[in-house]
Amino acid sequence: MGKLTLNQRAALLSLVLLAVGLLIWEAAIPAQKAAAELTEYERLTGGGAPKAGVPPPSQVLVKAWEQLSNPFYDAGPNDKGIGIQIGYSIYRVLSGYLLAALVAIPLGFLIGMSPVAYRALNPFIQVLRPISPLAWMPLALFIIQDSEASAIFVIFICSIWPMLINTAFGVAGVRQDWVNVARTHELGPLRTAFTVILPAAAPTIITGMRISIGIAWLVIVAAEMLVGGTGIGYYVWNEWNNLDLTSVIFSILMIGVVGMLLDSAFAWLQRAVAYAE
Amino acid sequence: MTKPSLSVERLTQTFPDGKGGTMTVFENASFGIEKGEFVCILGHSGCGKSTIMNILAGLAEPSSGVVKMDGYEVSGPSLDRGVVFQNYSLLPWLSALKNVIFGVRARYPNRSRAEIEAQSLKYLAMVGLEGDVVHRKPSQLSGGMRQRVSIARAFANHPKLLLLDEPFGALDALTRGTIQDELLKIWGGTEQTVFMITHDIDEAILLADRILLMTNGPFARVAESVEITIPRPRKRTEIVEHPNYYAIRNHLVHFLGQRSRELAGRASDGADQRPETVRIDLTETGTPDAPADGPAAPHLRAVTP
Ligand SMILES: Nc1ncnc2c1ncn2[C@@H]1O[C@H](COP(=O)(O)OP(=O)(O)OP(=O)(O)O)[C@@H](O)[C@H]1O
Ligand SMILES: [Mg+2]
Repeated sequence: MGKLTLNQRAALLSLVLLAVGLLIWEAAIPAQKAAAELTEYERLTGGGAPKAGVPPPSQVLVKAWEQLSNPFYDAGPNDKGIGIQIGYSIYRVLSGYLLAALVAIPLGFLIGMSPVAYRALNPFIQVLRPISPLAWMPLALFIIQDSEASAIFVIFICSIWPMLINTAFGVAGVRQDWVNVARTHELGPLRTAFTVILPAAAPTIITGMRISIGIAWLVIVAAEMLVGGTGIGYYVWNEWNNLDLTSVIFSILMIGVVGMLLDSAFAWLQRAVAYAE
Repeated sequence: MTKPSLSVERLTQTFPDGKGGTMTVFENASFGIEKGEFVCILGHSGCGKSTIMNILAGLAEPSSGVVKMDGYEVSGPSLDRGVVFQNYSLLPWLSALKNVIFGVRARYPNRSRAEIEAQSLKYLAMVGLEGDVVHRKPSQLSGGMRQRVSIARAFANHPKLLLLDEPFGALDALTRGTIQDELLKIWGGTEQTVFMITHDIDEAILLADRILLMTNGPFARVAESVEITIPRPRKRTEIVEHPNYYAIRNHLVHFLGQRSRELAGRASDGADQRPETVRIDLTETGTPDAPADGPAAPHLRAVTP
C-alpha cells in the first residue's frame, strides 16, 4: 500500500467517496426502491400515482445505460436520444462561440495595440459586459424572429467579453523587449502580430477562451429552456414537465460531463501554448 | 583618417524630469566609429549609454541630432544593425535553434528551410552550443547559454554593425571569459563593427580597439576616446603582462573614479562635444610623458602610471 503514487491514492479516495455517496443516496430512498418494478407501468399510465420522489442512483444508472446505449434515436419532436439533444446544444454553443471569437480576437488585438481604441471602446464594454445574457433574449427574439438564431446570439453575446478583454489585456502586456526583437528584424506589422504578439499573448487569450466556453455552456441550458424545441436544456425542462426525475438527474449529469470535456479541451490547449519566461 | 562608417552628429536627448521640466541626458554628442572597429563604451550607471545604443539601433528617436551609417541617415531599426539586448530578449516560446532561425529567416527570406537551419546551427556551434541543447527552450538554458544564443542570433544575420548592451552583465566570471573569447573569435573573421556597453574595465581592454568614456549625467559627455594599444590576438592571461596594460587600466580607473564626476554637469553652450583622443603607448617612446606621433592622435594626455 505504501507504494501507491499520489495520483493513485487520490483516485482511490475519489472512488471511495463516490461509492459512499451513492450508498447514502440509495439508502435514503427506501420507499422508491420498493416501487422500482412499477416504474414502467407507472410511466405507461402517465405516472398514475406520481409521488415525484427523488429516484435512487440505481435507477439513474439504469436510465443512463438505456440512454447511452442508443443515444441517437429520433422518435418525434418530444422524444429524441440524449446524443441528439447534446449535439444540438454543442452546435449552438460552438456557432455562437466561434462567431464571438471571430469578432473578439481581432478587436481585442486592436484594443490591446492602440490606447486610443482602448479608451474609445472601454465605456461600451463596461456597460455591455455586466448584462446577463438572458436579458438579451426578448430583444433577440423580436429582432431576429428565429429562436434558433436567438439562442446562438445569446451565446455569442455572453462569450465575447472574456475573450475580448483577455485578448486586449494579453496583447497590451506583451513585453516591449520582444516587440523590439521584431522591430530590429524589420518584421512588418502582420508578421509581428503573428510571429511575436500572438504567441506571446496566447496563454492569456486561451484563458479568456476557456472562461468563455464555460460561460457559454452554462448559458445554453438556460437559453434552451426558454426557446424550447431541442437541446439538452430543453430536454431537462421537458423531462421535468413529464415528472421524469430519473431523466432529469441523468441529463444534469450529462451537462456536467460535457462541460468538463469542453473545459479540458481548453486546458489542453492552454498547456500547448504555455511558455516559461 | 578614413571616413567613419558610423557617425553620430550632435546627438541630444532630453526626457521629461517628472516635475514638469526637462532633463538633458546628453547634448550635442558627436563621435565616429570606423568600419570593422570594436568599440566599448564605459560610464557610470544612468549616464545614458543605453539611450545612445537605442538611438543607434533605431529603436528610439533622439530629441535632436542624427546618426549616419555609411553616409545615410539612420531612421528606424534595420537588419544592418543587430542588437544583443542586456536581458537576452529571446522569444521564450521558441527553442534556441528556432530563435536563431527566426532571425536568419527575417534576413534571408528567400533561402530554403534547410539552408536557414544549417546557417543557424553553424552559428550556434560557433558559440559552443551543439547537440540536444539547441532544441531546448530559453527557460531550460542557463544564463550563459541564453546569452550565447542571443549572440548567435545577432551574428548569424551578418549585420554591418552589432550593438551589445552589457551582454555579460549577469554572468559569472568564468562563463564571461569563455563567451568573450567566442565573441572575439566570431568577430575576428568578419568585417563587422561592434559597439558594446560594459561596466567591466578589464573586459573592455580585452575586447576593444577603442574605449569611449562617458562622464556622469545629466549633461553627460563622451569625453575621451582611449585607444587600446595592445596588439591582437589578445589572451586574457597574457595582456596583463603587456607594458601598456596597467597604464591604460589606471587611466580608465582614474577617469571613472574621479574625472567622470569632475567633468559632469556642464551644458555644452551649443558647442559640438567631441571626445578627446587618448593614446597611451609605453612601448613606442619609453617615457610616459613624451608625445607620441601619428595622425590618429591629435590630442594627447600625459599619464602617470
Ligand atoms: N524613457 C525615459 N523617460 C525618462 N527618463 C529616461 C528614459 N529612459 C532613460 N531615462 C533617463 O536617462 C538617463 C540615462 O538612462 P540610460 O538607461 O541610458 O542609462 P545607462 O547609462 O544605460 O545606465 P545603466 O548602466 O544603469 O544601464 C537616466 O537618468 C534615466 O533615468
Ligand atoms: Mg543601460
